[in-house]
Amino acid sequence: MTTTLPAYDEVVARYEPVIGLETHVELGTNTKMFCGCPTDFGGEPNTRVCPVCLGLPGSLPVANKAAIEAIIRIGLALNCSIARWCRFARKNYFYPDMPKNFQISQYDEPICVDGYLDVEVGGETVRIEIERVHLEEDTGKTLHVGGATGRIHGATESLVDYNRAGIPLVEIVTKPIAGTGVLAPDVAKAYVAELRDVIRTLGVSDVRMEEGSLRCDVNTSLNLPGQEWGTRTETKNVNSLRSVERAVRSEMLRQASVLDAGGRITQETRHFHEDTGDTTPGRSKETATDYRYFPEPDLVPIAPDPAWVAELKAALPELPRVHRRRLQEQWGLSDLDMQSVLNAGAVELIEATVAAGTTPAAARKWWLGELSRRANESGVELADIGATPAQVAELQGLVDAGKLNDKMARTVLEGVVDGEGSPTQIMTSRGLEVVSDTGALTVAVDEAIAANPGIADKIRSGKVAAAGALVGAVMKTTRGQADAKTVRELILERLGVQG
Amino acid sequence: MAAISREEVAHLARLSRLAVTEEELDTFAGQLDVILQAVAQVGEVAAADIPPTSHSVPLTNIFREDVVTPCLTPQEVLSGAPDAEDQRFRVPRILSEDVAS
Repeated sequence: MTTTLPAYDEVVARYEPVIGLETHVELGTNTKMFCGCPTDFGGEPNTRVCPVCLGLPGSLPVANKAAIEAIIRIGLALNCSIARWCRFARKNYFYPDMPKNFQISQYDEPICVDGYLDVEVGGETVRIEIERVHLEEDTGKTLHVGGATGRIHGATESLVDYNRAGIPLVEIVTKPIAGTGVLAPDVAKAYVAELRDVIRTLGVSDVRMEEGSLRCDVNTSLNLPGQEWGTRTETKNVNSLRSVERAVRSEMLRQASVLDAGGRITQETRHFHEDTGDTTPGRSKETATDYRYFPEPDLVPIAPDPAWVAELKAALPELPRVHRRRLQEQWGLSDLDMQSVLNAGAVELIEATVAAGTTPAAARKWWLGELSRRANESGVELADIGATPAQVAELQGLVDAGKLNDKMARTVLEGVVDGEGSPTQIMTSRGLEVVSDTGALTVAVDEAIAANPGIADKIRSGKVAAAGALVGAVMKTTRGQADAKTVRELILERLGVQG
Repeated sequence: MAAISREEVAHLARLSRLAVTEEELDTFAGQLDVILQAVAQVGEVAAADIPPTSHSVPLTNIFREDVVTPCLTPQEVLSGAPDAEDQRFRVPRILSEDVAS
């Protein structure tokens, strides 16, 4: 496709976007949803499989109590009503990612309904309404072979590993989100980020997008102001927070260009491509899906005891929004400063760095400065940059101890990000310690004074500001490995001037 | 009137990946119709005060603790597979099929 896309500003000036998000979260229970197979990530193929998750004749599923408890806690944290009585349902389909030809899911009786999640976007609070939160089982992993690109198209056969089949999966569906206009892509991203933080705070999943324990499908449509909502597309394969934003934006642009040309949007599934940032059509829904849902006969209904639900509600941890407000106060940040910390995805990182003994100001400086810059450059989340809060704290410790100056600390941090080791190791291996040996420094200072008699005279006559030039000269001879402040003091001392 | 049409039977057969001949469609449509008619009679008896049920026993909340139990060995897992490769089930190519999520 070589169609030129319209500019984003023009699109939002002419159209109103409506978005919706469907998020899947793999729970971090020890065992699968309906059997005792372990759920740990990365085992050899088909080693976490039993007759129940294989759907062998005669096997019977039994619901995992920890998973039921986890989803109720998620529902409560999202301000949902918890059903007094609900059932699992069979979703029948013929695809080898489930060995049973059906997936146990929930259909018209989800366990949690009608909630909301408030998210901060551009200094404003946007309330995202939650339609439902339900429990289902994850599917197996299919590997398509024989095709040119490892994708399903052109594949001659598929290889299936059922280790993941049956892992408890929570599906969280928003109501359509309208009226966010130009902010739609940011709202989508902020929602997924907030949801991830809430779930992580609950401790029910590690919510790692790159490992697939948090997966997101994004619905997008455009309509003219005052008119009915447009036909929506569903974009799958959105595997990072940044991609959530990009997927909405690129789909808005694509749909606008179709509509501008007098075309119609096809209701379809589209795939997001991390490399190009655009979407391509996936399976067409020309044949209406017919999953023939019916109540799962092998499982009894769930009727959460209201007393149990109340107990779970009372025991919810401090949720991220409240937690952030408390941190903002502790760190003494303005709303704007806190917003930039949030935007950078640095709250937890700074918090952990502070917990490791660094001042909030220093922790914030590293995470929002050098590290954010590197993350942007390489297009990864800040949390995945390769530097840990402990390493940042160690680095600041070296600065505080006078072993590294600011410039050297930045070089060391580059090394940390590049995986060269701990700050102390890198400082040693790169020979980057501040020259604290006053003898060596004094020699360098005396040399600088001797080489620049004019400047030295100026300083002697009281023009202290001229010392900067000599500091520069000393830094040059020490290859930047001196502490500028110490050098300055030494210069003034040698020239007999009071700083 | 028949409770199930010949077209509906053909649709179900396709969803179930069953190769059904034209004659079989007539046979099964007739047989399924008898079954559905019989079930419909139960529906006639059920009064408004009888809620629909999906289970014969009135149980709720049967849970299991989150404790790992032994799995099968990969050899056992794949023993019933028509074909396997790299310790995985090997299946014919999949195209334009629907995927659950």
